Amino acid sequence: MQTKETIVCRCEDITLDEIKALIEQGYRTIDEIKRVIRAGMGPCQGRTCRMMIAQELSKYYGIPVGEVLMPTFRPTVKPVKLGTFAGGE
Amino acid sequence: MQKAADVVIIGGGIIGCAVAYELALRGVKDIIVVEKQYLSSGATGRCGAGVRQQWGTETNAILARDSVRRFEGMNEELEYDKDIEFKQGGYLMVSYTQKEWNQYKKNVAVQHSLGIPTKMITPQEAQEIVPHLNINGLVGATFCHSDGHANPFHVVDAYYKAASRLGVKFETYTSVIGITREKGKITSVQTSKGDIATSMVINACGYAAGTICKMVDFDLPLYPQRHQALVTEPVEPCQGPMVISLHHRLYCQQTPHGSFIMGVGDPNEPKDFNINSSWEFLEDVARQATTVLPLLKNLRVVRQWSGLYDMSPDANPILDEVPEAKGMWVAAGFSGHGFMVAPQTAVLLAQKILGQECFMPIERFGLDRFVKGELLLEPAVV
Repeated sequence: MQTKETIVCRCEDITLDEIKALIEQGYRTIDEIKRVIRAGMGPCQGRTCRMMIAQELSKYYGIPVGEVLMPTFRPTVKPVKLGTFAGGE
Repeated sequence: MQKAADVVIIGGGIIGCAVAYELALRGVKDIIVVEKQYLSSGATGRCGAGVRQQWGTETNAILARDSVRRFEGMNEELEYDKDIEFKQGGYLMVSYTQKEWNQYKKNVAVQHSLGIPTKMITPQEAQEIVPHLNINGLVGATFCHSDGHANPFHVVDAYYKAASRLGVKFETYTSVIGITREKGKITSVQTSKGDIATSMVINACGYAAGTICKMVDFDLPLYPQRHQALVTEPVEPCQGPMVISLHHRLYCQQTPHGSFIMGVGDPNEPKDFNINSSWEFLEDVARQATTVLPLLKNLRVVRQWSGLYDMSPDANPILDEVPEAKGMWVAAGFSGHGFMVAPQTAVLLAQKILGQECFMPIERFGLDRFVKGELLLEPAVV
């Protein structure tokens, strides 16, 4: 697979190559990778990349995907304007 | 895992990692940092990321002033392969009440006595700096151009890599389950991965520092307090400084990435370890932020989270050895501003532990101030 051109996190433009390099460097969980490279921090909140990174970690450590630590699912479910929360709209 | 070490640092946040680096830099061998989860997984990685020198107590102001100088040269000093993203857009502290303004004047006098270049400015001047600032009812503002913010994950990563190069070992996903003393002195630390014989422990656990102190039967006067924050979608740069309104309990900044990060303090927050996100926070922060910075009403929130302040009784840190357990040093109680003072706090603690001359009196951060009732009350906490 063309790992240099494969985008894993579409919101933040992170490639499979970059993810694999971080795993090689010893970043062990989705949370750690997210914090160092922003994968999963964009508007979709990791809906695509979270599971793809989980698969990479699962392959690297030889563990089932289900055993890869999931980051906390945080509100909001979808982007909402501050004005809406403030009650103005 | 190693069976013995000269120093065991508990806590892989900014304080633990920076202290590890400063000790190793001064020649200490065999340092192990033990972290329950991953580096910066606690309060550091959840903080508002601001770096300000505009404090009301001399102690906080000196630590912050000197830490700013360290942040300025940190990429080079720590030879970091990425970027700590230190942006000095300043801090604009706005005041909407006369009482608050009087306090700001006192704070600025403290800052000026220490050479911190804070300016007292009019509402119009404040609006020139932040065009979307609501100046209705604004009494005045203070602005310090060299304040700013940095990326906590990268600052910790930079210290971690620099400390590793100096030989420091990091044991992540490792919990401390006990601490053994003999005749009032630390002899070993029990972890989920085995025991480490040591005569020195540095307790850099933030809100969990009290839990660690209980292992040596010491009651640390700290309590955890949840603070929530949110981040928005990124937009073009339009706000240089962090804006703080203590009256609205609000802080709000635009990161180099373009997103806005903001939070409000909740005066009714209970003293417990809860770090769940609440919808009440979203409404509260949205109202305060759109009152002070109305333009932000069009920004979309993408994520909210929370973390814990390690509140000390006077909102100043505790840097001291536990009297009943010689060899255990506490570096906690930063009360929501540990990240910004970490670089110099780590230097101060390393100097003290190694018996070197301290660049400022460390006694002011001692535990006995709570016994004597000589508190260093910090008036400028959000």
